[in-house]
Amino acid sequence: MNRPKHTEFTFPTHIDDYPTGPQYKAGYLPETNAGWRTFRPVVDHDACVYCLRCYLLCPDGTIIKDSGQIKIDMDYCKGCGVCAHECPKDAIEMVKEQL
Amino acid sequence: MTNLVDIPKVNAKNMTEKEFFYGHKACAGCGGSVAVRLALKVLGERTYTALPAGCMSAVGFIYPQMAFNTNAIITTFPGAASMASGIAAGAKALGQKDVKTVVFAGDGGTADIGFQALSGMIDRNDDVLYICYDNEAYMNTGIQKSGLTPYGTKTTTTPAGKNIPGTVTHKKNLFEIIAAHDIAYAATASIGYPQDFLNKVNKAKHTKGATFIHVYASCPTGWGTPTETSIEIAKDAVDCGLIFLAEFEDGEYKLNRNPKEFASVKDYLKKQGRFKHMTDEDIQCVIENRDRKWARMRKQWL
Repeated sequence: MNRPKHTEFTFPTHIDDYPTGPQYKAGYLPETNAGWRTFRPVVDHDACVYCLRCYLLCPDGTIIKDSGQIKIDMDYCKGCGVCAHECPKDAIEMVKEQL
Repeated sequence: MTNLVDIPKVNAKNMTEKEFFYGHKACAGCGGSVAVRLALKVLGERTYTALPAGCMSAVGFIYPQMAFNTNAIITTFPGAASMASGIAAGAKALGQKDVKTVVFAGDGGTADIGFQALSGMIDRNDDVLYICYDNEAYMNTGIQKSGLTPYGTKTTTTPAGKNIPGTVTHKKNLFEIIAAHDIAYAATASIGYPQDFLNKVNKAKHTKGATFIHVYASCPTGWGTPTETSIEIAKDAVDCGLIFLAEFEDGEYKLNRNPKEFASVKDYLKKQGRFKHMTDEDIQCVIENRDRKWARMRKQWL
């Protein structure tokens, strides 16, 4: 598994479910960050040359390499716009999120 | 020192697909999280991560959320390097070979509060990579001045007014102080030059003993910049000469980037809310300090 997935947090019901200390297992994500977003990145795959600059510079690591194309994990994208701003081909556009 | 030619290069094309810092709660456009994410991608899964109090520990460990996919622990504020020393010693005692211990500390946790432990760690030459992501103030607690805050910065503890232009001290020469310990490997980097940063982390990974990387990481919240310009502003800082890219190894300094002409300091400063109040005299003071520093570096390091 390359990226941890969103997992629903269930409150412990039995004493055995409680952790033994203030620690938790790695990559446990009970919440998504999608609600932070005002603008959403939209990739124009024809203009994209797969230089992977966005992949390198995404602060959240949400750009996924997917067999020669880039995909974005919308659960954890915060819409900061670094990918669109840094793209040398302007292949990523920030579009306002609609409710 | 490992021969550099033998180290496989890491770049965007061949780096691991795995994310070791994912789903964290850092502000949108956070530069520090770029530094942490890229460094962990170079270091790989078998990494022990120690973080003192600071942004990256505050955004990564919100119980029960756990954004780090490596072994990670929050340390005391002044004791990050000490705890990393202990982890490295423990790993050695257990006979673990292909592991690396890394510290991600902010500028306050490195240059001010954690400095004593860091100095001890380098002195003992423990097998730890210490990465300082420098966003030039205590951002996590609400933008207070640190030892690495540059001249003229407006912070909550050094407000700008009629009499004082915000911070009146210059940035501490942290890199030179670390190098003066005769450390195995030390470097400065910027997230504006990501490939350079990856190479330096890679080099530190393959160096035995204490290593140190000072990476310049932007902070849109504290600096008053739009979130999308985080990387651009970190690049501008290098281009205008306020941040330099250098390495220290085998007792020698190496200047990685020695431009003939610098970009405009004023343009760099005026992009940021924290420098908006600066007058032309204040900017002249910044430029003079930069030129003094570069003259010294060029004379002694080249």
